[in-house]
Amino acid sequence: MTNNIILAGVGGQGILSIAATIGMAAVKGNLFIKQSEVHGMSQRGGAVQSHLRISDKPIASDLIPMGKADIILSVEPMESLRYVPFLSENGWIVTNTSPFINIENYPELEKVLETIKTRKNHIAIDADKIAKNLGSARSSNIVMLGAASPFLDVPFGDLEEGIRQIFENKGEETVNKNLEALRLGRKFSQENK
Amino acid sequence: MQKLLLLGAEAIAQGAIDGGMSGIYAYPGTPSTEITEYVQKNKQAKELKIHSDWSANEKTAMEAALGMSFAGKRAMVCMKHVGLNVAADAFVNAAITGVNGGLIVTVADDPSMHSSQNEQDSRFYAKFAMIPVLEPCNQQEAYEMAFKGFELSEKYRVPVLMRITTRLSHSRSGVVRSEMKTQNLLRLPSDRRQFVLLPSIAKVRYKGLLNSQLGYEQESENSEFNQYFEGENKKIGFIACGIAYNYLLENFPENDIKNPVLKIGQYPIPRKQIEKLLAECEQVIVLEDGYPVVEEMLKGYLANPKIKGRLDGTIPRDGELNPNIVAIALGMENAKDESIAPIVQNRPPAMCPGCGHIDVYKAMNEVLAEFEKGRVFSDIGCYTLGALEPFNAIDSCVDMGASITMAKGAADAGLHPAVAMIGDSTFTHSGMTGLLDAVIENSCITVIISDNSTTGMTGGQNSHAFGRLKEICLGLGVAPEHIREIVPLKKNHELIKQMIREEINYQGVSVIIPSRECIQTAKKKK
Ligand SMILES: Cc1ncc(C[n+]2csc(CCOP(=O)(O)OP(=O)(O)O)c2C)c(N)n1
Repeated sequence: MTNNIILAGVGGQGILSIAATIGMAAVKGNLFIKQSEVHGMSQRGGAVQSHLRISDKPIASDLIPMGKADIILSVEPMESLRYVPFLSENGWIVTNTSPFINIENYPELEKVLETIKTRKNHIAIDADKIAKNLGSARSSNIVMLGAASPFLDVPFGDLEEGIRQIFENKGEETVNKNLEALRLGRKFSQENK
Repeated sequence: MQKLLLLGAEAIAQGAIDGGMSGIYAYPGTPSTEITEYVQKNKQAKELKIHSDWSANEKTAMEAALGMSFAGKRAMVCMKHVGLNVAADAFVNAAITGVNGGLIVTVADDPSMHSSQNEQDSRFYAKFAMIPVLEPCNQQEAYEMAFKGFELSEKYRVPVLMRITTRLSHSRSGVVRSEMKTQNLLRLPSDRRQFVLLPSIAKVRYKGLLNSQLGYEQESENSEFNQYFEGENKKIGFIACGIAYNYLLENFPENDIKNPVLKIGQYPIPRKQIEKLLAECEQVIVLEDGYPVVEEMLKGYLANPKIKGRLDGTIPRDGELNPNIVAIALGMENAKDESIAPIVQNRPPAMCPGCGHIDVYKAMNEVLAEFEKGRVFSDIGCYTLGALEPFNAIDSCVDMGASITMAKGAADAGLHPAVAMIGDSTFTHSGMTGLLDAVIENSCITVIISDNSTTGMTGGQNSHAFGRLKEICLGLGVAPEHIREIVPLKKNHELIKQMIREEINYQGVSVIIPSRECIQTAKKKK
C-alpha cells in the first residue's frame, strides 16, 4: 500500500498541520513516510505545496513523480488545479471551495469550481463554512483533512489521535472542536464521493 | 531506538548533537536555517550547553567554528550555498590550517533557486579547497554523516564539507538515533604553529594537504556511504550522487535494476569503483543534483562520449532533478503529460499586508517619481519583493550588502539620487563595511535601513542590529544630523517623504531608519 498525497494551499493557510497529523498517524501505524515541504520565500503568501508519501514499504523519492499522486488535498480551490499534472488517472481532488484571494487577477470562482467539476473524481467542500458553523473558523484545514480521510490508508482512529496530540496544549475545547471538524469533513466525503 | 520524524536539516542537527558537537555557528539562510534552529530548541543540547547562538554572517560563523576546533572541540558551521561565498576566505584557509577538534561545514544548495539568487554547487568549493565531502541521499544518512563526520575530520585533521540540497533539507522522514557520544575536552593543538599561516608555515601545511589527497580517496573507496551494486545489463551503468540515488530507485519500484549502479555519498569520488564502472559499461549516465561536477571530471576536456548527463543534454543543464527527469534520461516512458488549466494564475510571494517595508516603498516611490527611474539599489530580504508589482520600487538585488556599495559606486559615477534600501539584519551582515567606505569619501548616497527588528525572510531569527542601528551608524562616522529615525506608518507618510527628500538633497552620506516590528514576529509573540 502506498498513498501519494499532494497538499496544496497558500503560504500561511496551515497545510503543514494537516501533514503533521497524517505524519503522526503514519508513524503510529509503523508506516514509512516522506514529506517534502516548502519553507522560505514562498511562505510569504505564495503558492505552497507539500508532497506526502506513506507506505508499508521503504519510499525512495521525496518527490511524488508526475501522474502518481492518489490525492490532491487542497485548502484553496484554484490551488487544487495547479498540481493536476501530478494526479494519477484515478486520483481524487479533494478541495475547499472557499477562495483565498491575494492576487488581482484571481479568476472567477464559478469558473474555477466548474473546472474542478470536470475531473472524474472530486470532492468540493466549503470547509470554511463548516468550520465557521462549528464556531471554530480556524479548523477549516482539519475539515479538509477529514474530507480526505476516506481516501487514506490510515485508520481514522489514528488521525483522531494525531489531532489530540497536536492540539493537546491548546486545551480540551480546541481538541474537541477539531475532532468534530475532522468528523464533519469525513461525513461530507462519504456522502458525496 | 524509537524513530524520530525529522527534516533532513533536523537530522543533521540531531546527528551532530549525538556525535559530540560542542557548538554550532550559523547565519540563517534557506534551506539551511532549520539545522541551527533545531539545536537552539533541543532540550538535551541546552542541558549540554551546546553553543547555538546566531552569528553576524557566514564568515564570522566559520571563523568561530574554527576557533572552537582550535580549542579541541567539535564544531559545525551551517549556511546556504551563497553564504559559502561570504565565508570563502575562512573556508579555503581552514583547509590549510586543518583542524584540531572535528569541524563539519554544512552547506545547503538550492538547485532551481527556490529561495536564492543562483544555484551554485558547493562541491566545487570543496574540490577547490581539496577537502572531503559527505552528501547524504536521505534523512537517515544525513543523521549518520553528521554523527560520523567529526571522526573523519579528526582522523585527517581537516574540515569536512557536508552538502545537502533544498529537497532533502526540507523533507521529513523517520530517523533512528545512535548512542550519544560525549563532547571533547578542551585541548590545544599539539603544534602551536598549525594555525599560523605565515608563508613559511603555510607552504608546509599546503604540502601536507596535497599529500593527504590519496588518503581521502582511499577513505572514499572504503566508505559505507559509497556503494557499488553489480548488475548484468552493462549497456548502461549509473552513477548517482546524494539524493539523485532516490530518483533513480523511484523508477524501479520493484527494486529490479539490472544495471550496475555506483551510489556516491562521499568525495573525492572513489577511484576504484569509478574505474570498474567505466571499464565494464558501454555508457555511464551521471545523476547529480546541481552542477555536473562529477560528470565534468569524468568526461574530461576531450569529452569522453561514454559519459552522459547534463553536459550532453541527457538531463537538462539547469534546475533541480526529480524522478521524471531521471525517467526520461533512462529512456523510460514518462507519465502522462497533462497541462495545468489556463484558468490557474500565478501566485507569487508578496510582502505581508501591514508590513513596514510597504510604507517605506510608498513614500519613496512618490518622492522618486520626480526623477528618472533606476536609482534604487536594494538588497536581500523581504523588501526585495518590492521589485514586483505593484511597487516596482527597486533596481538591483545582487548579494547581501551590495545595496550600499553599489549606490556608492553609482554615485561615484555621477548618479543622483543614489538610494540604498537594506534590511536591519543584512546591514549588520555585510552593510556596515560598505557604509564605512561611503563615510570615508563622504559619498552622496541616501541609505534607508528598513528595520523590522528581525531577519524576516528566513522566518524571524534574531537580528544582531536590534536596538543598535543608530549607534552603529554614529560609530561608523555618519553625521548625527543625517541619521533620521521614523516609524513607518500610514500617519507618518508625509513625514517619511519629507525626510527622504531632504536627505536626497544633502550632498553626503545620510541614513534613514524607518523602524517597526515585523508583523509576523509580532503575531508569534501574542
Ligand atoms: C550570503 C547570504 N546569506 C543568507 C542569505 C539568506 N537571506 C536572504 S534574505 C535574509 C534576511 C535578511 O533580513 P533583513 O535584512 O533584516 O530583511 P527582512 O527580510 O527582515 O526584511 C537572509 C538571511 C542570503 N541570501 N545570502
